[in-house]
Amino acid sequence: MRYDQARWTHDADAESDDDRYEPLLAEKNTEEVAVDSPLPDDLTREDLELPALSEPQLARHYTRLSQMNYGVDSGPYPLGSCTMKYNPKFTEDVAALGDAAVHHDRSDESLQGTLGLMAGLQDYLARIGGMDAVSLQPPAGAAGEFTGILVAKAFHEQNGEGEQRDEIIVPDSAHGTNFASAALAGYDVVELPSGEDGRVDLEALEAAAGDRTALFMLTNPNTLGLFERDIEEIADIVHDAGGLLYYDGANLNALLGRARPGDMGFDIMHYNVHKTFATPHGGGGPGAGPVGVTDELAEFLPAPRVREREASGDDARYERFEPEHTIGKVHGFEGNWLVLVKTYAYIARLGDEGLDDASAKAVLNANYLASQIDYDVPFEPFHHEFVASAGDQDAADVAKRMLDYGVHPPTTKWPEIVSEALMTEPTEIESKETLDQLADAFDAVAGEDDETLEAAPERTTARRIDQTDAARNLRLSWQAIDEE
Amino acid sequence: MSGRNERGTPYASHTDAETEAMLSAVGVEGVDDLFDIPASVAFDGEFGIESRSEREAERHVRGLLARNDDLTEFLGRGHYEHYVPSLVDHISQRSEFLTSYTQYQPEVTQGFLQALFEYQSMLVELTGLEIVNASMYDHATALAEAALLAARVRSTDGDRVLVPDYLLESRRDVLESYTDGAGLSVETFDTDDGNVDVDALADAIDSDAVMVYAENPTALGTVEERLDAVGDLAADHDAMFCLGSDPVALSVLEEPASVGADVVVGDAAALGLPTAYGMGLGLFACREEFVRQVPGRLVGASEDESGRRSYTLTLQTREQHIRRERATSNICTNQAWVALRTAIHAASLGPGGLVDLANDCVRLAADLAGRLDEVEGVRAPVHDRHHFREFVARTDRPAAAVADDLEAEGFGVHAVDDHRVQVCITDANEHAADRLVAAFEEVA
Repeated sequence: MRYDQARWTHDADAESDDDRYEPLLAEKNTEEVAVDSPLPDDLTREDLELPALSEPQLARHYTRLSQMNYGVDSGPYPLGSCTMKYNPKFTEDVAALGDAAVHHDRSDESLQGTLGLMAGLQDYLARIGGMDAVSLQPPAGAAGEFTGILVAKAFHEQNGEGEQRDEIIVPDSAHGTNFASAALAGYDVVELPSGEDGRVDLEALEAAAGDRTALFMLTNPNTLGLFERDIEEIADIVHDAGGLLYYDGANLNALLGRARPGDMGFDIMHYNVHKTFATPHGGGGPGAGPVGVTDELAEFLPAPRVREREASGDDARYERFEPEHTIGKVHGFEGNWLVLVKTYAYIARLGDEGLDDASAKAVLNANYLASQIDYDVPFEPFHHEFVASAGDQDAADVAKRMLDYGVHPPTTKWPEIVSEALMTEPTEIESKETLDQLADAFDAVAGEDDETLEAAPERTTARRIDQTDAARNLRLSWQAIDEE
Repeated sequence: MSGRNERGTPYASHTDAETEAMLSAVGVEGVDDLFDIPASVAFDGEFGIESRSEREAERHVRGLLARNDDLTEFLGRGHYEHYVPSLVDHISQRSEFLTSYTQYQPEVTQGFLQALFEYQSMLVELTGLEIVNASMYDHATALAEAALLAARVRSTDGDRVLVPDYLLESRRDVLESYTDGAGLSVETFDTDDGNVDVDALADAIDSDAVMVYAENPTALGTVEERLDAVGDLAADHDAMFCLGSDPVALSVLEEPASVGADVVVGDAAALGLPTAYGMGLGLFACREEFVRQVPGRLVGASEDESGRRSYTLTLQTREQHIRRERATSNICTNQAWVALRTAIHAASLGPGGLVDLANDCVRLAADLAGRLDEVEGVRAPVHDRHHFREFVARTDRPAAAVADDLEAEGFGVHAVDDHRVQVCITDANEHAADRLVAAFEEVA
């Protein structure tokens, strides 16, 4: 496969290369208007200068920008740990329905559609995770982690161990958010080195867990794609020490229908609905990070939650309520509602058969792709993703070069347990033909010399971008560019 | 025709023959052989969730949502609706934007980066502050991150975050959730007739204050009149001054930087999203001196190898994926796509359209308050201030009863305490103002 990405330039014949780019809105046209307001002058600004373009000009501006952007609908996107699935179009349509455009502060009685969908989604997620109660409030995975940690903190405080349990254990291979969320909640982070097999080292965990342990945060399968086979022993060690066990849901797409965190002994988990349940990543968000917990922790979940008011069959009525010992709130309202609608729609479409098959094909695709590439994959048996090593090549350069072959590269240089890591997650959506093209891209790059790799990419909108210059010579707005 | 659910997910591309070929290439007989899960924790796949065709799923969700009553909302208090031009939907739904990830490979995601850079730039103009990040989750979490920023950058120790008593309880709850771990204490100062009481603030503030917060417009809809005095008090005590606002209000209200604001937070989705049950876009702007302590993503301009201008995420060493427990925030997934929508909406209006819209928010609120004040049993506005979009009204009857009765008439307003309701009016609902006044005459 070959790829030449669009590269719009307003002045292709410009003498200097640095004049060849699609101009910023402000470079196309701005207008400065004097602010004449019914408010007294001393309470208003004097003027406002912003882009002033017609609708056709704007349509063309943004269409060009979109053509200079690569999404899942453009081509394969095997970004490890990010689960870049196809985002079904009909879920956008239901989220755009007028009936979904409601204000939060209406009465429960007038919001039976919204509350009913939320109750249904809480139920779906509880079943899928093997959890007893779910909060939909956290607006992202990291917010879910933070929420889960606050729940654990409230639990320990209720047991009179809030002060004593001031540590959270996190494996060295964990997502960066685990560490940051723990720190945000005021905990000391204890980093747990992985065992030689890439999994949790039980002896190290025994040594780390103790009176000060509030929580052990674990991703399963882990970031190498390996299932923590000792998960029941891990749960026992943590629970015997008086701590709780947290499931980072980033890799749940490996397990749908095959295993549930609740059955493995996890007390708290978050779901990354923008990964597992196919809501679009939108260039960085919005996502949603619902949190599931066991019965004994339900009373600590954020307020409000939703429940069925009385069991009355087809005419069920729903209400919002405050859990008895709630940790409070982690979002000003109740999170990213439109994302939750898309999540519900996706799960309602797939059902048992679809969910189970999504994981089966995600795992098959990862295994097939790994079997077709030249790069070494040191840790097995992996599931929905694998981490290959670029060996003597620089993984970041490999990634840049892969762009020229029309594919988005894997996540690079992480986890660090694999040198020059290429963390690859093709997801269930790709066909054998596409996986073969991906394998061809890997292998073509594997056979190229450093010079070629360092010169890449060539066929993308921008050639290699100078990150150092961006950070040293900060220009974070068009005003800053103008000042140069 | 009902999709491929019987055979599994409809969003995979495998034929049976391909699946067989792939299994054989991997060297296993069936997919089950690829799962390394101990039997003791294996699950049988029976969630009890029905599989549906797209038509069935669409109809199911549509049917659920149709149970929401058809109300004309005069609701605000932190979540606002303005008419969203069609261009915003059509462009933001382009799948190159919608289905892309965070721009970790900037060479292939220049389009989204440029759009975010333009979002940042427009908010720089509106706030007068040099730095705007590419989004936080919402107003409340942006406020919480501002307090944490204040605690990090302040030159001396201190643990007090001072907030006005008009701060919404929900925002306060979020602020407390986020700042508890850092040992900060959220304390309230009194307000006077819907504005910060500068004397009360002067009494409350001391050298232990790390941040002073105010809003303009306030959650009550009032326009603050002495923000420069608030800014001076904060500066005198080496406390950060954080101001809450939104891009529509900022189009006419005095520029935050000019009254001494160090940080501006707010819900930028007042432009770009319809009402969405509180889903928002956290605006976060600050002075340049704090740039290395800012939470969230920043898009910067740079050059590529051929010398052409290009854009990239920058200062990533502040972020969790590199700095881990020493990151400036745990945020990863954010609201980038909403920021794209906000930018398109702002650009569609242009400066003239923004100023007109903001002025409408002033006029409409004043007009409606004036009309409700003439209704027997209603006094509006309660606060003798200028208003933006919304105002508080006093009702002789209990507010909850008035709000309930208005809902029965097809209107949503806030009941904020025993005898106070709050009413919000914008370009999105002004067409129903006459009917709302008539309904008030019926029920008040």
